[in-house]
Amino acid sequence: MTRPSAHRRDSEWVRVLRQLVRDRTAVVSFFALCALLLASLLAPYLGLPDPNIIDLGHRLDGPGENGHLLGADEFGRDYLTRLIWGGRISITIGFFAVILSLCIGLLLGLLTGYLRGVWDLTIMRFVDVLMAFPYILLAITIVAALGPGLRNTMIALAVAGVPYYTRIVRGSVLGLMDKEFILAARAVGTPPLRIIVKHILPNVIAPMIVAATLDVGWMIMAGAGMSFLGLGAQPPDAEWGLMLSNGSKYLRAAPHLSLFAGMAISLVVLALNFIGDGLRDALDPKVQRF
Amino acid sequence: MTGYLVRRILWLLPVLVGVTFLVFLTMHLAPGDPVKIMLGPRATEETLNRVRTELGLDRPMPVQYVSWISRVLAGDWGRSIQLRRRVLPLVSSRFASTALLGFSALFLASLGGIGAGIAAAFKRHTAWDRMFTFLAIVGFSIPVFWFGLILQFIFGVRLGWLPTSGMIASIGGGGAWDMVYHLILPVAALAAEPMALIARMTRSSMLEVIQEDYIRTARSKGLTEKVVLLKHALRNAFVPILTVIGMQLGFVFAGSVFVEAIFSWPGVGNLIVNGILARDFPIVQGSILLIASSYVLINLLVDVSYAYVTPQLRYD
Repeated sequence: MTRPSAHRRDSEWVRVLRQLVRDRTAVVSFFALCALLLASLLAPYLGLPDPNIIDLGHRLDGPGENGHLLGADEFGRDYLTRLIWGGRISITIGFFAVILSLCIGLLLGLLTGYLRGVWDLTIMRFVDVLMAFPYILLAITIVAALGPGLRNTMIALAVAGVPYYTRIVRGSVLGLMDKEFILAARAVGTPPLRIIVKHILPNVIAPMIVAATLDVGWMIMAGAGMSFLGLGAQPPDAEWGLMLSNGSKYLRAAPHLSLFAGMAISLVVLALNFIGDGLRDALDPKVQRF
Repeated sequence: MTGYLVRRILWLLPVLVGVTFLVFLTMHLAPGDPVKIMLGPRATEETLNRVRTELGLDRPMPVQYVSWISRVLAGDWGRSIQLRRRVLPLVSSRFASTALLGFSALFLASLGGIGAGIAAAFKRHTAWDRMFTFLAIVGFSIPVFWFGLILQFIFGVRLGWLPTSGMIASIGGGGAWDMVYHLILPVAALAAEPMALIARMTRSSMLEVIQEDYIRTARSKGLTEKVVLLKHALRNAFVPILTVIGMQLGFVFAGSVFVEAIFSWPGVGNLIVNGILARDFPIVQGSILLIASSYVLINLLVDVSYAYVTPQLRYD
């Protein structure tokens, strides 16, 4: 089998895109997600009040009261503003953790898959040890070592995700090693680094990006979960998990606080899952939906 | 089978050593002096030195690890700085509560998930099926910590039907029924996500199997759709379903950390989080070590049982 030409790969992506556009749920999810992302990114330019301004006279205001569309929290801070600002942190955690995981996993997977031998043995045993922990527990263990906080949580989630990516990349690389174009490149004496960068990486990166897209929602949820436990974002940061945790203390008096914060996390994750589902169907047309 | 078992156990040993090393490292990776972090700024130099010697922190790291692991194997897991109690009995009793919560949730998720998956396969390509598909995606997109709060709000706060926290009632509680009563909400919260995944796998696995020739044969014999699905299809679709149930073990262990926090369930997850916030390293190390090693051993049991029912797995 020869390496697929750039033209064939392009037309494959066009087909995937066409198929994806036909999936109405995925399209609606995509636009909803874009709107949410844009609102969060443009938060400083939307003319919203400062998310940390305390106004104790309006604490626990209900939705629509005193000009607070989604109410106010326990310090009288406008909840809609905090939700929009909170999206910046929650979504950043998800994307940053996935990108870091992907980069480390890619590097380790390429090394183990290409070099094999003692590299493979050492790195994969390390990966096995990491996989001996349930995902969130591994992230919690790392936070236990580094200390609670937003930066440490992002690092912890990223490291906890490394085994997943390393195994996928290693599997893909092992599958490629017997292909003719790799054998040919090795036979003409191409240096290993060039083979990895020019021949293996382009064939591994596309499925990895799809896997990473599917993983972002999960990482956002995990990041919010860490903040919910008090291990991630710290007060007075506006972060969805932390807002949910604070809101849960006022479940009787102001249930809307928990409702809106949880809804924000769920909607983003749901949208990403619908897009992921559509993408998976589009990439593998033989597989029936589900 | 014996060869497979020996291979799996031999593979397990270095993993367990790695797990213990990683848990041991948690205290040493922390920036700053762990003893100062644990005891706070008001601790005297004498106390700091005493705890340092007690924990063996004044010796080289490899020596510390060997000494720590020897003590762990001998059953001495240290003392909690905050709670001033021995770690092993405390963590073990809490672990029993977590295991009760986790396995009950896994049982409910398997029962509900397989049932819903079969129903969806039975009603495939109908409005019911589409609704099921949608609900399943919603099921694993809702964070366990939000779903738990919703259940707590509706059934505990608003309707007042079920208790919102604890394992037994503080006044006049303690019987088995009281515990079951307290278990309902946490178990339902923890079971939602695995149930959605198990249902999804059951449906797709059933749909794959019903395309096989032997199903066509069963139908051509005039058997009812119910008999075909339950007797012929389900049995053959069961291995992937079992695999996904096994994979949910990690989720219920990890998810219990959130559920325990919401429902004040006295489990090991609560212990870990409070331990981290209070920088109580012996408690954190003991709890993580117990969960991770149990998880490894339970996974071994799951793998061995797969190998038992699926002989070709033994040669992988």
